[in-house]
Amino acid sequence: MFSRLRNDFPILDTRVGESPLSYLDSGATSQKPQCVIDTFTEYYSQRNAAVHRGAHTLAVMATDAFEAGREGVANLVGGTPEQVVWTKNATEALNIVALGIDRASHGFGGEAAKRFGLGPEDSIVVTEMEHHANLVPWQQLAESTGAQLRWIPVTDTGELDLSDLESIVDETTKVFAFTHVSNVLGTINPVQRLVGRARAVDSLVVLDACQSVPHMPVSFVDLDVDFAAFSAHKALGPTGLGSLWGKSDLLNSLPPVLTGGSMITTVTMEESRFMDAPQRFEAGTQPVAEVAAFTTAVNYLAEVGLDKIFDHERQLAAVLLDGIANIPGVTVLGAAEERIGTVAFDVAGVHAHDVGQYLDSQGVAVRVGHHCAQPLHRRFGVTATTRASTYLYNNTEDCEQLLTALAEVRSFFGAE
Amino acid sequence: MSTQMQQLYQQVILDHSRSRIGNADLLGDAATGAHGSSHQINPTCGDEIELETELAGDGGLTVRWSGDGCSISMASASVLSELAGDTTVADMFVIEAKFHELMHSRGTLEGEEEILGDAAAFSGVSKFPARIKCALLSWVAFKDALNQAQTSLEE
Repeated sequence: MFSRLRNDFPILDTRVGESPLSYLDSGATSQKPQCVIDTFTEYYSQRNAAVHRGAHTLAVMATDAFEAGREGVANLVGGTPEQVVWTKNATEALNIVALGIDRASHGFGGEAAKRFGLGPEDSIVVTEMEHHANLVPWQQLAESTGAQLRWIPVTDTGELDLSDLESIVDETTKVFAFTHVSNVLGTINPVQRLVGRARAVDSLVVLDACQSVPHMPVSFVDLDVDFAAFSAHKALGPTGLGSLWGKSDLLNSLPPVLTGGSMITTVTMEESRFMDAPQRFEAGTQPVAEVAAFTTAVNYLAEVGLDKIFDHERQLAAVLLDGIANIPGVTVLGAAEERIGTVAFDVAGVHAHDVGQYLDSQGVAVRVGHHCAQPLHRRFGVTATTRASTYLYNNTEDCEQLLTALAEVRSFFGAE
Repeated sequence: MSTQMQQLYQQVILDHSRSRIGNADLLGDAATGAHGSSHQINPTCGDEIELETELAGDGGLTVRWSGDGCSISMASASVLSELAGDTTVADMFVIEAKFHELMHSRGTLEGEEEILGDAAAFSGVSKFPARIKCALLSWVAFKDALNQAQTSLEE
């Protein structure tokens, strides 16, 4: 099945110079199947109109498409369509939570929002492996409210060091925000254990699911998280769209950050009342075509099966890890057993930027740099790494192409 | 190996990336006389350089730097330091402007070797938009530090 579905992705036929393209940068953004690309044409040529207003036929069709997207996402990650808020991206989703808590801490949102209030006696906990998107907003919240920011360290094997979990996440903790899967190490974190600790101290749980939702079966309901964020473009969907998933009672009491049209019930010259989620957080014109395209992507993923995608990528990860282990001078960051097909490595004597440039000359597309995780890189004593990340359309040949080129890098730069 | 790669990683660049002329302990607060220092970072990849300039009474110029980055950024700092040791401040401003122009030429300019010396070898870099910042990192630091040194001379 996986060899066949590769044909659904026209961009994979691209040639880079004299080489076929080996696209191993899906952790940054995924490629799109033809059906997702076609949805844009179909939507704009047959269904385009403003949603949630106007009584005409096209407006009804556009609204249906927009709302059907929530249903698709709810089928994918659990919960009901009302629990799915559309955002610009995952970063915005995480900021909506952090800034909403900030507003609640400064008296916005009335009685219902008091549960979110933070002060100097409280703490926010993150981890050392967070993407900047799930770190910087919490730093800002700590600065704004006086709350203490704490973090769970990372072990040499690239896993969360939970030996002091009970003292880091304690009775003062009001927010515990962590990633489901590391975007650098590929490590899958033990969400249940972390949520268990959060529940014991009555803390909110915010999950960054950007690297899990596209690659493995995920149920936010089963994981019992309070909020979760992910992006469409990493899951075969378009750019410009992300999602905030939340428990309904929490979403409906969290003060919105972006206010204006489409999110109010009544407006007087003095004040306004807000709708319940999801529209509460969707002020202004929404990315309707993107939602339609993402719905196609979600259906595609469901048809293939995320359990099968997970197994397929596990096999590719094994090919990468075994192959890299045989290349002298190349060291993989982390060694977690529970992982996805994301592998970051350091090449002795050659900077990641140069590694990436050489690999590109051989048709291999990877990410180089700190992958928006500077503290994690600092933890491993490096400023930048090279990262290969797989997806359902990759095959063993893609991995072999990387390994062959990687084996030549150190001699090219005279680092042997 | 593609021709573009050979143009990007010319031997003179690979050599400079290893020899790293000017890569030395920084004087920091111990600097006396006319001097300046600048810290530059490339936020996309984390490449980093701290560069100091020191003006001698006779118009001579010394450059010292410490940094961490790719072969292009390190070689560029090395070439810059070598040039600075062989020329006057006035000429370095000319070279800096020429190098800046070369980097933004998208491969349309040949580096003028009689002016740019080893820095002419970076002409291939201008065809790689993602790498132009690497080549310019030390030059941005240099211009900033040199302006500071000149200001302190005038005071």
